[in-house]
Formats: sequence, C-alpha cells, structure tokens
Amino acid sequence: MDTTNSIKKSSKVGNYVVYAILIIWVLVNLFPVYWMFTFSLKDNAEIFGENVVGLPTKWLWSNYVKALNSGDMGRYFVNSIIVSVSTIVITIAAAFMATFAMTRIYWKGRDTMYKFFMLGLTIPIHASIVPIYITLSKVKMLNSYQALIVPYAAFSLAMAILIASGFMNEIPKELDEAARIDGCGIWKTFFYVIVPLMKPAVSTIGIYTFLQCWNELMFASVFNSGDKFKTLPAGVQEMSGRYTTEWGPIGAALVIATFPTLIVYIFLSKKIQSSFIAGAVKG
Amino acid sequence: MKKKKLYTAINVTAFLLPALLLFVGVLIFPIIMSGVYSLYDWNGIGAKEFILFDNYKELFTSKNLRFMKALVNSLLLAFFSVFIQLPISLGLALTLGKGRKGERFFLSVFFAPVLISTVVIGQLWLKMYNPDYGIINMAIRLITGNPDFGPIWLGDPKLALGAAFVPILWQYVGYHMLLMYAGVKSVPVELREAAMLDGASQGQVNRYVVIPCMKGILKVSVIFAVTGSLKSFDLIYVLTNGGPFKATEVPSIIMIRELFIGGKYGMGSTIAVMLIVLCFAFALIINRIFKQED
Repeated sequence: MDTTNSIKKSSKVGNYVVYAILIIWVLVNLFPVYWMFTFSLKDNAEIFGENVVGLPTKWLWSNYVKALNSGDMGRYFVNSIIVSVSTIVITIAAAFMATFAMTRIYWKGRDTMYKFFMLGLTIPIHASIVPIYITLSKVKMLNSYQALIVPYAAFSLAMAILIASGFMNEIPKELDEAARIDGCGIWKTFFYVIVPLMKPAVSTIGIYTFLQCWNELMFASVFNSGDKFKTLPAGVQEMSGRYTTEWGPIGAALVIATFPTLIVYIFLSKKIQSSFIAGAVKG
Repeated sequence: MKKKKLYTAINVTAFLLPALLLFVGVLIFPIIMSGVYSLYDWNGIGAKEFILFDNYKELFTSKNLRFMKALVNSLLLAFFSVFIQLPISLGLALTLGKGRKGERFFLSVFFAPVLISTVVIGQLWLKMYNPDYGIINMAIRLITGNPDFGPIWLGDPKLALGAAFVPILWQYVGYHMLLMYAGVKSVPVELREAAMLDGASQGQVNRYVVIPCMKGILKVSVIFAVTGSLKSFDLIYVLTNGGPFKATEVPSIIMIRELFIGGKYGMGSTIAVMLIVLCFAFALIINRIFKQED
C-alpha cells in the first residue's frame, strides 16, 4: 500500500511540474503579444521606464490614428485584403477545376498530372523571383495588385489541389452517375453536384491561402516597392523605418497587421489547426 | 467511341487550363529561366554574356560575396532548429497528446505565434531586444540588480545569430508541435493501454510505442526545419538584414542584395538555383536517413 501511495503522490507532484512548465510556456507565448498591445497605447515616457509592463495609464488611441493616417496603415490594410481575397478566389477556382479533371474524369496520365502539380509543394518562392520580376517590369506591371495576386495564386495552387483532392475523393462517385442519368453533362455535374459539396474544402484552402498572402514579405517588398500597392508586411517594415524613435505608433501598426488573424483564430482555432495539419500530413 | 474520346479530351483540357497556365507560367517556366540566367553575366539592361558555370565558381570562391559564410549560417540555423526547436515541440506534443485537462487551450495558445506575420514578430523582437528600453535587458537588469547590464543582442557579431534564432524558435515551435500532436493522436489508444498494462512507464510508452509510430511526421518536421532554415529570409531581413558586419547573412539575403541593389541578375539566379538544389538534396538525404532507421 505504501508504495502505491508514494507512486500516486510522486505522479501528482509530477503533474504539478508539468502544468507549471506548460503555464510558463503560455506566458512565453503570450507575453510579447500582451506587451505589443499595451505599448501600442502608450507614449515613449511610459514605455521607456515609467510603466513598462502595466496597462497604459492613459489609453493613447492617437497612436492608432497616426499609424492609420501618416503611417498609411489604412491603405496597406485594404491592399492586403484585396490581394488576399483575389488570390483565394483564383486559387480555389483553378484548384477545384483541375482537381475535378484529375479525380472525376477518367483519362490516361491523370496520375502523372497530379504528381506534376505536387512538385509545387517543394518549390521555394526564391526559385522564380528573378524571372517574374523581369517579366513584370517588361510588361510594366510592377507595383500593381496583379503583381502579387498571380504569383501568390500560382504558389498556393499545389497545396490547394492536394487539399481539394482529399475532399473530392470522399464524395461518392455514384452521385456523378446519378447526375449523368438525370441528363447532366460534365460541366453541370461540376457546378451543381460537386462544387456545392466542397464547402469544407473552401474554408480549409481559404484559411491556408489567406495566411500565406497576408504574411508574405519577399515578393511583397520586391514587386511592389512603391507606396500605392504595398501590402501590410512591406508596409509595416517601411513605416518602422520612418518612426524609429516613436514606439507607440509602430506598436499600433503591428497590432493593426495582427488582430484580424488573431480574432479569426479565436473563433476558428480548430479549423485553422486542421488546415495546417492537412497540408503537412499528406504532403 | 472516337467522338466520346475527343469530348473527354476537350473537357479535361478546359478544366485543367487555368491551373496549368498559372502553374507552368509562374512556377515551372520561371524556374527553367532561373537556370538559364544563372549561366549568364547580366545586369538586366545590357547585353547578356554567356559564361557557363563561372557564376557558380564565383559563388563558392569569391571573398566579396561571402556565400559560404552565409550557407554555414543557414546550416547553423538548421542545426539549432533540429536539435533545440524540434525537441521542445516533441516534448509539448507528447505532454498534450496523451490527453490532459486544458489540452485544447494549451494547444491553441502554443500555435498562435505561427499565425502572426513574420514582419510583425521581427519588429516586435527588435523592440524587445533594444539595448536600452527593450523588455529583455530591462528584465535582466531587474533580476541581476546591475543597472549597467545591456548587451546589444542584435548588434554584437558574436551574439547576433543566436539572438536572431530565438524569435524563429518562438514562432515555429508551435507549428512543429501541432504536426507532432496530430501524430501522437493518430497512435491507437489500445496500443498505449496495452503497453501500460504490461507495466511500462509513461516515458517508456512514449519511447517505445508513440515515437516509433510518429516517424512519418517527425521526418516531415525535420525536412521542414532544415529546408526552412536554408531558405530563411523574413526574420533575418527584419531583425538584422545580414548585419552586424555580415555576421547573420543567409543565402536569401545575399540573393536579394545581388539582385535588387547590385542589379546582378545572373548571380542572383545562381543563388536561387543553388538554394533549390540544396533544399532537394537535403530533403533526399533526410528521407534516406529515416529509411535506414527502419
């Protein structure tokens, strides 16, 4: 009896230790974000010594006004939305169509075609930056929305097809046959039978693609170096260069670039996590 | 019959066309072009001069470029990632994966940094590392009671690469943890219980039952960590841009500099091609190593 008791006791202590470590790690993860939120509402005097880790004594929303107006974060935010949403729409449309051709229509070479698309999973964006840049400058399309949308869509495609084919393979083939008997052609089957059943794939691909576009820096800073079409990552970088001494407005800019994803994450954490797992496990 | 075949061919082509145009036009064709450009001395405006492999030779021998140093730096990052970051991720995944109170909460918090833009994380850590007012030095001063303590984390060539690695670790531990957590969860509960009934401790269950079942995921994590380090750009660009005194340069930083400041499209393409080759080579090697383990 004594031994089982002591084992129980030691495992209880062990349990506390585990929870202590987990909570420390929670703090390591959350503290920088908390610090960012609070200093975005403070002035330099508070940040630099008077009140380093506490909540702001007076909430300086003017930092946000500064970031949005003179820091141009408002425009960068809209640009990021336009680029991300367009990329998602194009990626999903192209991926669904291609996946349909490779999973629902029978033809020689469809497996080879699938493998060909899957090459895209391993290709880093570095690989095509020079030729894309040269082409864009030749056709005078540097500094435009499409300068980012088209490359982003191309680089999201492989993952989108991978995810879409997983979902499409689960739709019973009998549905296609039933549709055909009812007189639907291939196109009608695609639009009226398959696409409506692919809603879960839309959100998984949408989330994945959104995060890629929203956070991408290399293409964003190279292709759109002019102010007008900059997206958030390049914009934040630029604004931080201009406001080196004033921390509050930079904090505000960082929060503006971050809160949409974090708020969506609070409501859709499971879905977001599963879309990352779907990508990696099958890839 | 022939008519039906033609009909299928037309439909297949039509359905594939948008994806193929994007994929070939923006990925495959440019990669081939990168390969071609890498054989030329070209500044983008003037005439191209065909020089075969001279760019590659220069890449590995030139003292001005310091490519080898950059490559070593990125391999160091890969080493840190595999031997510091991944073990932390694995530990967290094993702890959470066996099922405990608050599992969902911890998982969600640990994964959150993955969703924050690397630019934001870089700028945030720049502020945290600030020698005078950064939260890190302030905390150290408070704990040690030494008001003069203040290493210039990102400005000291000896400290900079290590200091730049910390935010990388901070951001991606959660990513690998999530993948490994999915791996832990895919281990059948019966296997675990059987081992426990045979008297195995929690550690032994992990060592002999769970981890062997997760080999596939661990391989993916190692490949992502290594190729990610080779390609690393964002955080280094924001935190140090290769400095101080080029102490934290990685290949992508040199590539962007050659291209868009030096205007050397040939050399920039050469670095891009080298990066792709290295990523594929390392992925193959890691695959091999995991196969041999079986």
